[in-house]
Amino acid sequence: MSAFLDNHLLTLLVALPLVGSLFVLFVPAGERWLRRWGLAFALATLAVALHGYWWFDSTTSGFQYAVEHPWFALPGTEATVSLALGMDGLSVLLVALSGILMPLVLVAAPGGIKTRIREFVFWALMMEAGMMGVFLAQDLVLFYIFWEVSLIPLYFLIGIWGGENRIYATVKFVLYTLVGSLLMLVGLIRVALESGTTNIPELLSRDLSVELQGFAFVCFALSFLIKVPVVPFHTWLPDAHVQAPTGGSVILAGVMLKMGTYGLMRFGLQMFPAAAVDWAPVLIVIGVVGILYGSLLAWAQRDLKKLVAYSSVAHLGFVVLGIFAFEPTALQGAVLQGVNHGISTGALFFLVGVIYDRRHTRQLKDFGGLATSFPSFAFFLVLATLASVGLPGTNGFVGEFLILFGSFPGHEWAVAFAALGVVLGAVYMLGMCREVLFGRVRKVNRDLKPMQIREWVALTPLAALMLWIGLYPGPVLDRTRLVCEAMSARVQPYLEQTEEASLPEDSESSADTKSNLLNPQGMER
Amino acid sequence: METPWLWLIPLLPFLGTLLNALLHAGVLRRRQQERDLMAPAVAVPERLAGWIGTGAVALSFLVAVAAFLRLKALPVDERVLTATLAPWIQAGSLDLSWTLSIDPLNAAMMLVVTGVGALIHLYSIGYMHGDKGFCKYFSYLNLFVGMMLMLILSESLLGLFLGWEGVGLCSYLLIGFWYEDGEKADAARKAFIVNRIGDFGFLIGMFLLYWGGGGSLNMSDINAAASQGAFSEGLATLAGLCLFLGCCGKSAQIPLYVWLPDAMAGPTPVSALIHAATMVTSGIYLVARLGDFFAFAPGVLPVIACVGAATALFAATIGIAQRDIKKVLAYSTVSQLGYMFLGLGVGAFTGAVFHLITHAFFKALLFLGAGSVIHAMHHQQDMFKMGGLRDRIPITYKTMLIGAFALAGVPLFSGFFSKDLILFETATGHTSPWLLWLVGAGGAALTATYTGRLLALTFYGEARFDPQKTKVHESPRTMTLPLMVLAVLSIAGGLLGIPFIMHPLADWLDPVVGQATLEVRGEHHPAHGLEIALLLVGSAIAIGFLSFGLRHYRRSPEEQRSRADQATGLLRWLANAWFVDALYALLVTTPLKILAILSATVDVFFVDGTVNWVARRSRATGNDVRRMQSGGANDYALWFSLGAVVIVVGLLAGTR
Repeated sequence: MSAFLDNHLLTLLVALPLVGSLFVLFVPAGERWLRRWGLAFALATLAVALHGYWWFDSTTSGFQYAVEHPWFALPGTEATVSLALGMDGLSVLLVALSGILMPLVLVAAPGGIKTRIREFVFWALMMEAGMMGVFLAQDLVLFYIFWEVSLIPLYFLIGIWGGENRIYATVKFVLYTLVGSLLMLVGLIRVALESGTTNIPELLSRDLSVELQGFAFVCFALSFLIKVPVVPFHTWLPDAHVQAPTGGSVILAGVMLKMGTYGLMRFGLQMFPAAAVDWAPVLIVIGVVGILYGSLLAWAQRDLKKLVAYSSVAHLGFVVLGIFAFEPTALQGAVLQGVNHGISTGALFFLVGVIYDRRHTRQLKDFGGLATSFPSFAFFLVLATLASVGLPGTNGFVGEFLILFGSFPGHEWAVAFAALGVVLGAVYMLGMCREVLFGRVRKVNRDLKPMQIREWVALTPLAALMLWIGLYPGPVLDRTRLVCEAMSARVQPYLEQTEEASLPEDSESSADTKSNLLNPQGMER
Repeated sequence: METPWLWLIPLLPFLGTLLNALLHAGVLRRRQQERDLMAPAVAVPERLAGWIGTGAVALSFLVAVAAFLRLKALPVDERVLTATLAPWIQAGSLDLSWTLSIDPLNAAMMLVVTGVGALIHLYSIGYMHGDKGFCKYFSYLNLFVGMMLMLILSESLLGLFLGWEGVGLCSYLLIGFWYEDGEKADAARKAFIVNRIGDFGFLIGMFLLYWGGGGSLNMSDINAAASQGAFSEGLATLAGLCLFLGCCGKSAQIPLYVWLPDAMAGPTPVSALIHAATMVTSGIYLVARLGDFFAFAPGVLPVIACVGAATALFAATIGIAQRDIKKVLAYSTVSQLGYMFLGLGVGAFTGAVFHLITHAFFKALLFLGAGSVIHAMHHQQDMFKMGGLRDRIPITYKTMLIGAFALAGVPLFSGFFSKDLILFETATGHTSPWLLWLVGAGGAALTATYTGRLLALTFYGEARFDPQKTKVHESPRTMTLPLMVLAVLSIAGGLLGIPFIMHPLADWLDPVVGQATLEVRGEHHPAHGLEIALLLVGSAIAIGFLSFGLRHYRRSPEEQRSRADQATGLLRWLANAWFVDALYALLVTTPLKILAILSATVDVFFVDGTVNWVARRSRATGNDVRRMQSGGANDYALWFSLGAVVIVVGLLAGTR
């Protein structure tokens, strides 16, 4: 059994939800059973994902559980596209996260999804298959296919079950992301043509020409940056989130955005390291601006869901900073922070759903005093807030701290500004808590239906994860350690080249004096 | 020496947190079933919660005593106990574990925190009786003690930071404990955010220390690295200032003190425990703990001394014009913390810790006493509406009198010895000694005055309330017992250091701060004559100004009250705390908020506007181009010929 599982683990991860979605589409069953069938498939996927997480070998940075079947020869090149899947330290956590979030979404769905259950379960499972595929694909073409496959379900999730302005939001979301995807396709074709292979591990081990890297990086990175999203490509996000049903928001924030950061690491950094070094200063600035600007925007929001959406922009700014600092600790922080964001923002979106189902409003001013009338909600909201502002002891702290800590040498000013974002985070998140939870409870907020079992089931695992990763992140961090060290090492030669090139011309540059500050010997010299 | 059971010290309060949280959940459940959200916690869980909470901290105190005795039994230069539970964060070059480490300095802190903490828990049983969040209160209070112990006992700076932010969280939760009052919820939020500004400095300071030569986040390693000159001067100064910014937040010093007076919105035992005796002294502890590092960071200690002295005087001026009894004590706390920093700044590490300990005793006593007064007066906090309470609540009166004497620095009370030690060391220090001494002495005069004012307005004279309506009664035993114990400690605390006779605290702390003291102050030159002279001056100031305050306000409370009501001129500035809050709102909060709203506008109209403009433009272009396909043969012929011309021209240009 175990050998079978190990051999087909990744195939199962993609196939189970895929088969499940088709099964649900055709099985003759009532609404309740449809949801149960969907949940069964999602739970089976989760079990497989956890098996893969548990037996993941932390002592190697390579791909594990790899499977490969040739598919078709790419016309015009020597390349053969294959159905290749593999999992390494970059993907293992995201796979587990996707596996965890999907059953929770299905469990909590009845709160907001009342019609067309069959389609909902179908799209949800289809999306899971797509996401798993994105994180596991070992072939550029396969990656691209999964990338697009994961997009379409969300188009329908928002378009069918969304809020009033759902068509505008979903079209905007799809078109915007598609612009990026098509750019990626262009880059992908050129990489395939010039290197003659589409196999990702193969490409990762090669040193592609600097010119090709430069071109492909721009194509790929733009697509990923839109997906993350970073400022200024972020404006689709609040619209999509506000219109999306709860489950859609949870998956969008929890997993879809991570496809962007995952891509930045897998391709931006691992495949095109030379270009990543060139672009790093720009991206670090973008990351830091995202943190501060996103925080300010979140602070100004009057709509609870928009506030959480903008906070995502700020949080993912940290991840971008951590990636392009190229330091192993910061990279580990970036990987972890991606997962953390999925957990805490996922929980926040669930909570927005919980209160929206009861009050049918998301305006901050309509709430107040919920801590009195709805204490279980208050408990989870405060906990998710604390994780979101990175209080030590919660998962958010470990991620943020590792990013800031690791990025510090060489990027002192960036880190200083990013750390200001930690202050601003407290400003807007606690401001939100103040308005929603505290103050005198108004009459309309007095008699709220208590927390339902399905809501407890959706929120408790996330709350447990916040504390578990915060207090004992060891097992999670171990799984990412080697791959992050390898990533950092991959960039190092190019980093040294640029430093050598820039040293003679401007030795009095600000970067230089800063590094002197951290280096007493340099001071004496 | 590896001593695993040290972990019991913080874990016991955490266990209490958990149990009380469960009790609270049970109460909430019952309320939900009875559909009555406002019902008080019923008698059984209330009694249980109180005793679980108090018991957890008391047990923790006993374990702490055992640890202290174990430590004491060790030879002087080997006095360190450690306990490692598990790894925490291991990433890249970073390797942190859950490790506690007890040396003489934090052993002293630990005893104060658990001891005073247990007393305040006991007091809370009476004070919070009947509150609907009773179990929750004890859950939070236990959590606070646990976090405070993590702060004190952690070996690494990051573990300390965990406690540092953790106590900040508890402070937030407890200031906003009665969150239905919007103002209290605002005060809680303010406290958290102002502390976060300080924590920003803490984080950056930590990074500078690690990457700038420390190579470790363990405080002993950083101290050792500093002694070996691993840090450049500029870096050490910068890192020290960053850490001190963190201290300014947590320990309420200029410019970040503004949250502490507002923090009085919390229940009074919370003010006593968190905002007087323990949490706010974290900054002092941090500087003392990193004493060797600060001793080697030139330029930081003088800044600390000046900020401390300025805060001591500044806050005292405000304290003199407050009419809320808790506000007086709050500004007094800010001021006394200033003295501690003044001591640290001139290298009197022992003196600072001494004052920290005595202050913990007498200020906790004063706050608890004030709580007893407020309890007796049915939540009246305005001192101008009190008066004549002396005989009505005799135990509270007598114990508070002792606390007041200690605060004012009346000879033979504990505060006298500790404050005068700091002032003496200031006068013999290297940082503009006489100016700082003068500021400190001025602050001491103001302290004695407002202490006298507090006593006079609260306890003496005629009752300025209707005794028929407000039935004043002495507090229950659970509340008076801690008062009496703390009163004894407020006197006996002085025994930790009596000039010329005994100085057990200095001897005890010597292995930790001795080196740093030597580094900052140089060889110790006894100056007996000066010391005696300063002691006499200090006594004169304390007694003189205390009796001035007492007499002045006792004689004419009504006149003072009408003056306070009108609040003109200087009094208006003092009563409104020099309008610093308004200044910050004007300079910081409002501009930032405007910036946020501006950003949101820009985001919608410009950033998103561009996106939508592109979309609209594309559609419009499509619409325009669509007209080409009009269906008329003439049009097609036109476009066909135009296209042909373009292609031909292109080809010709290409071939040439």
